[in-house]
Amino acid sequence: MENEVLKISNFSAGFGQCAILRNINFSVFQNRVTAIMGPSGCGKTTMIRCINRMHELSPAAYYSGEILLHGQNIFSMDPIIVRRRIGMVFQRPNPFPTMSIYDNVISGFILNGMKLKKEQKDQIVVNSLKKVGLWEEVKDGIYRRGTFLSGGQQQRLCIARALAMDPDVILLDEPTSSLDPKSTLMIEQLLEELKQTTTIVIVTHNTAQAARIADYVAFLYLGELIEFGPAKKIFTAPENKKTEEYLTGKFS
Amino acid sequence: MEKNQQQQKICYVNTGPGQKPGVSKFFKKDFLFKFILFFSGFLVFLLVLSIFVSLILNSVPSLKEFGLKFFVSKTWDPVFEQFGALPFITGTLLTSFLAILITIPFSLAISIYLAEFTKQGFYPGFLKNSIDLLAGVPSVVYGFFGIFVIVPIIRYLQIKLHIEPYGVGIFTASIILSIMIIPFSSSLGREIIEMVPAEIKEAAYSLGSTRFEVIKYVILPYARSGITAGILLALGRAIGETMAVTMVIGNSNMMPKSIFSPSNTMASVIANEFTEAVTSIHLSSLIEIGVVLFLVTTMISITGKIIIKKFAVHQ
Repeated sequence: MENEVLKISNFSAGFGQCAILRNINFSVFQNRVTAIMGPSGCGKTTMIRCINRMHELSPAAYYSGEILLHGQNIFSMDPIIVRRRIGMVFQRPNPFPTMSIYDNVISGFILNGMKLKKEQKDQIVVNSLKKVGLWEEVKDGIYRRGTFLSGGQQQRLCIARALAMDPDVILLDEPTSSLDPKSTLMIEQLLEELKQTTTIVIVTHNTAQAARIADYVAFLYLGELIEFGPAKKIFTAPENKKTEEYLTGKFS
Repeated sequence: MEKNQQQQKICYVNTGPGQKPGVSKFFKKDFLFKFILFFSGFLVFLLVLSIFVSLILNSVPSLKEFGLKFFVSKTWDPVFEQFGALPFITGTLLTSFLAILITIPFSLAISIYLAEFTKQGFYPGFLKNSIDLLAGVPSVVYGFFGIFVIVPIIRYLQIKLHIEPYGVGIFTASIILSIMIIPFSSSLGREIIEMVPAEIKEAAYSLGSTRFEVIKYVILPYARSGITAGILLALGRAIGETMAVTMVIGNSNMMPKSIFSPSNTMASVIANEFTEAVTSIHLSSLIEIGVVLFLVTTMISITGKIIIKKFAVHQ
């Protein structure tokens, strides 16, 4: 039996007059990679931004329905707490340019004004960097600015930053779309390892990527959830004709 | 051979702005246009240079007479023709830095509010327009405001504090100055804060920071160099400001004893004494003060530019 971490039910969202998501229902299971895929403009990014309540930071944003995190509605929780428990990695690597690599990793604690002991900090930094395979590459220059790293390294630094907070779920919004194939592969392998300890939701418009890493797939089209299920089933025997057309490249 | 020529021709057309003149009438027009632009720019350079040279030439008598002593001597006595600029240099530095100190919290608050909190609506628009208006008020009007509003308040304060109640003086001038430079520092600060990439702000929000934490740990460090430069530019303005300061500073040529003493800044002593300077040495001493003022403001604006370049955050 799969352990349900997130349950999204009857969820709709949008900006002002413009509805982007309509009546979405699916679940995210523990230690699994759930991929949200679909063509551009289908609402993937809005969906993932709703899960850690980043969506409502935009002006005129609205939402309705429920998202349950371990059975608790996130919209009745403090958004600050929600965002600490649900980490996020963005489309383009965005380490803090004013901070060193070290400070970037523990930036979640710095930003929240949490005071940690030096040993605690060191431990978190080393562990997080080791988890994302960046430790060997940066250990000699850990007090250098994070922006001197390559794009792929920066993105792994951003994942380490999210991991440092020990979140229940990590959301990744097309994390490899601005990276080269080699860095992409590295991040995909990394996600495989990370799902042992955490739960991952990834947005991708790349069906091949979804096929490589996802355990569950949610297919969105024009703001509606067309199909949700185990990745094997979706990729081999999709129930919906639209899903099949998308997977076979009839539209994108 | 023919092919070669053709290639050459293509190259020729493509060279564009670097084109030699006299080839076709189009290029001639282009050249003329470029020349006019260049000349207008060059005129500005000539103007700056000639202002500087004329100041230097006119201050030669004083330069010869007093030399470097001019900058360290505390006596300014037109009757005995002894001229030293130290009281005015001190007065200028005190008023300007005090004004900057007073203005920083306000302009920082205004720029953060306008750039990060509310961008639309009645109050932000009203605030923006008021600040623009503040920049447009003639400085003599600020002087009146100083005389009729600030001076009585300061005098009341001085009586309470048992200090000689002049009302006018360095502190009063600083307050007026700090109001006058709010538009400069706050508008530059606002622009710089608006330039902080949305991505890194989002990153901070996604880690669960509050707005205050985002401003403190992400936005301000990122915008630091720009804000500093804005303050320096405002400082340059404060140092050169003449009319309003002249009206409230108290016109005293003694070394200031405290921030409440009447004093004179470099700009205000020129404005106060220029019309009554009858001896040539008096006049040329005033002009030498003008040279110092010119150099100081130039240095400040150069420092501001260096700071922007050197400490700009590399993405």
